[in-house]
This record gives sequence, structure tokens and C-alpha cells, in this order.
Amino acid sequence: MLVKTKFFNEVEVDGDEIVTFVEGIPGFKDLKRYALIKQEDVLDFSYLQSVEDVGVCFILVPPAILVGNYDIEISDDTVKKLDIEKPEDVELYVILTIPEDIRAMTANLKAPILINRKNNKAVQEILQDDAYSITHRVIKEGDASC
Amino acid sequence: MLVLTRKSNESILIGDDIEIVIVEVSEDKVKIGINAPRSTKIFRKELLKQVEDENIKSTAPGNINISELKDIIKK
Repeated sequence: MLVKTKFFNEVEVDGDEIVTFVEGIPGFKDLKRYALIKQEDVLDFSYLQSVEDVGVCFILVPPAILVGNYDIEISDDTVKKLDIEKPEDVELYVILTIPEDIRAMTANLKAPILINRKNNKAVQEILQDDAYSITHRVIKEGDASC
Repeated sequence: MLVLTRKSNESILIGDDIEIVIVEVSEDKVKIGINAPRSTKIFRKELLKQVEDENIKSTAPGNINISELKDIIKK
């Protein structure tokens, strides 16, 4: 299907790249359907573009490119909601927040996006674990090189 | 809203399998213990608000310079 996007023009998206957030995303409860648009040319960027509101688009990255070991526990509630059968069916992303000063960008490690690729049901899971921050600095101050 | 008065070490049962225990009461803080099944999600209410606010912030930028972004991350 053709999806209007915030950052590009219309993009043709396969049906199996449309994911359904069963409860919406906190702050956007009414929007359920999103297109997962992968940008694999450089790094593992993906865009999570709302099919229902062109102005809503999240930028996602796999947590592995930000932190070494990102071990999380998926709640029983989410396992049920997404009908998860095997952990390997689940794709994991975190949302980037990119301010005007790009170098100050942060990633929300506290509330990752989980997608069950078997049925494309998704949630934003808020972790019980206090080890992860909502605003994890992606570029550490001090390793500025330019 | 149901309002109950409890003292330290007293508790409240919610349904069959959730118990809220008042562990400690001090001047302006209450320490609460919760016994609940693992499937019950428990978090401080303000956390949900923080996640909502962060989500709204993360979708805010009108246009991100994607190529600049990639350049920075590549380093």
C-alpha cells in the first residue's frame, strides 16, 4: 500500500511491514497502525510512520547498536497481548529523540518497541527494570570529534 | 475513589491475588509493599507520563537532516 510519510514522499509499503499497536503508543493512544520502513543503506535505521496521521513518525534503532547487552524481561501481559510463542519472533527497537542539536540525541531504553513478526502486533513496553533510562545519551559528551 | 485509613504493617487486599502492605509511614512519605502476580504491571504513575512526553518530543521535529544524522552516528 502507498503510505504518506513525514520525511519522504509517498512510499510503497508491503502489507507485512504494517504493524498494529494493540493499545496505541503512550501519547498517541488512538493511532494503531504504523508502517515499519527500514533504511538499511546506512546503519539500521527504521521509521515507524503512522498510517493514520502523516505527522507522526518515530525513528527507531535496534538497541544493540547503542548498548552492549540489552537484556530485558517481557511481561507476561505483553506475551499474551502479542501472542508471543517464541522469543526469536520478537523484534526489538528503541525510539530516538533527536533535538535540533543532533549530537544531544537520546534513546528511550526504558520503553522499547516490541513487534511480534509472526502477526505484526506491537507494543511499547515500559520496563520494570530501573537500570534503563528514558533519555539515554547516544553520543557521550566528551567523545566529540568535530 | 475508595479511601481507606491504614497504619504501618497493615494491608489491603485487591481481588484474590494482590496485597498492598503499608511498610513504613514517615512525615511526608509512605513506603508501600506490593504482592502481586508477575503478570501485573506495576510502576509509578509519573513514569507513564514521562514516556508519553518523551514520545511526543521524539515525533516533534519537523524535518531532521537524515544525512547529517547518519554521518554523526557512523563515527
